[in-house]
Amino acid sequence: MSIRARKGGLARGVAVVGGGLSKLGLFKDRDCKDFFAEAFLEMLDSVDRGVDPGDIEAAYLGNYSNDFFTGQAHWGPIISDLIGLVPKPVTRTEGACAASTLAFREGVMSIASGMYDIVLVGGVEQMSRRTTDEVTQGLGMAGSPYEVAAGFTFPAVFGATATAYFAKYGVDREILFNVTIKSHNNAPFNPKAQFPMSVRDFMNARMEKCRAKGLPIPEWEDEKAFLRDTSVNPPVAWPMHLFDCCPISDGGSCLLLVAEELAGSFTDAPIFVAGIGQGTSYSLHAKKDLTSYEATVYAAKQAYQMAGMTPKDIQFSEVHDCFSMAEIIHLEDLGFFPPGEGWRATAEGLTALDGPMPINTSGGLKAKGHPVGATGTAQILEVWLQLRGMAGGRQVKKPDLRIGASHNLGGTGGTCTFTILERR
Amino acid sequence: MEIRPFNDTSYKQFLGEGLLMASQCKKCGTLSFPPRQICANCYGSESEWVELAGSGRLAAYTSVYVAPPDMVAQGYNREHPYVVGVVDLDEGVRAVARIVGVDAKNPETIEIGTSMRVHFPEICEGVERHCLFFAPAED
Repeated sequence: MSIRARKGGLARGVAVVGGGLSKLGLFKDRDCKDFFAEAFLEMLDSVDRGVDPGDIEAAYLGNYSNDFFTGQAHWGPIISDLIGLVPKPVTRTEGACAASTLAFREGVMSIASGMYDIVLVGGVEQMSRRTTDEVTQGLGMAGSPYEVAAGFTFPAVFGATATAYFAKYGVDREILFNVTIKSHNNAPFNPKAQFPMSVRDFMNARMEKCRAKGLPIPEWEDEKAFLRDTSVNPPVAWPMHLFDCCPISDGGSCLLLVAEELAGSFTDAPIFVAGIGQGTSYSLHAKKDLTSYEATVYAAKQAYQMAGMTPKDIQFSEVHDCFSMAEIIHLEDLGFFPPGEGWRATAEGLTALDGPMPINTSGGLKAKGHPVGATGTAQILEVWLQLRGMAGGRQVKKPDLRIGASHNLGGTGGTCTFTILERR
Repeated sequence: MEIRPFNDTSYKQFLGEGLLMASQCKKCGTLSFPPRQICANCYGSESEWVELAGSGRLAAYTSVYVAPPDMVAQGYNREHPYVVGVVDLDEGVRAVARIVGVDAKNPETIEIGTSMRVHFPEICEGVERHCLFFAPAED
């Protein structure tokens, strides 16, 4: 059937030599130009030997739906003008929450093809100008029309996935608490995080608030007891509760990509693209297995093949924890743990910062924030920082840290990517 | 039966008439629900309509407390959640649907594997949406 000359690989190497991320949070009085400018200026500072912005030949910009969220579409030329790129091309990519990993992948391919040598990739999103109900609707648009018609929201799709997982493996909602507690434990060390707080910090803050108001001071035995308390952790789409769901966020992120042979002009510590994969799948009704994302499995296979690696080679990873349940499934789909074991690995602390397979050192989408169009390149930035030993208090302390990865999921699993970076 | 195009418009029209209709590829026999213009198995483009029996088992579900605006307009909110789910139909295809006849406020009482039956309400309240409903089958 298939007629192909050669199988997916890069025709020449591509390195990441710089990156930036805006502080994530809700900033109604600013807009995406502010967020991207913040990320872009940080990127310029991050390039060890500097870069002349005039040398950037093209940009790829991920944005899911500022059209809906802010009433302004067509962000390519706006960002091009912002950073002085006019009249060079800026191409917007859209893959729901994976939008900016698609920008990254297009940028990588544009350099690998020989078309360009120096390319900027990134993403932006502003979600704070809409109400929670409206954001629920806006994100829901990235589900399938059948899911939307039935009344599924994003949290609902992952809530339903969770009940299927619980029934299949004989577990319950308690397994999800371990994901939330683990990710929040990393967040205080990330100055860009929307919630730089552990779950215990949330408990203390709640107690302090009651004390200040002269109300009875609540007591919880531990973090799990706090998460069981529906007065502080109410259901959103049961069994997804508030602390299972990533927040609504604003932000921008970007990375500077250059051809391998130029990397040495920018830095002595370039990080190379070892493998990259992207896949599609369809909604719940068309899934063969409700507890797996076909697009992730496909993307990971491509990336591992391109890199000549297996899951055992990956030393740490960002994974798309839009909802706590999703993280557990990704651990299995990416081959880090066998099917049905992702929850146990998390419960046993294997994915903690000091564990054998640190996951979401950034705090993840849950604690760091999830400005959807900016998320993919923000995740890859975290891997870049870790591989360069620049992650501060959340630095993975493995000897010879060389290989890290980033998994990004768009919509309800419709678009998924997996990216492997390597320090040689 | 008249031949309607194998698309979402026909699928919704049939739902409005109380019919749960799938498409079946004439070339390879693959059954698709909702219906498809192009067979995902053999790329065939000739199909026929097949009526589904409307029974199956609950494969996944969730109770939605934070609802989108169109569901809020129908009266659903944190105090009045609604249930949606995935039903594995007897014919081997899956449906995503609203699940009624269950206790949305106590979702832990709902069981995966419960026998379900399609349910066509008299009216689809308020808004222009073509709802597919399932409810626990009565023994």
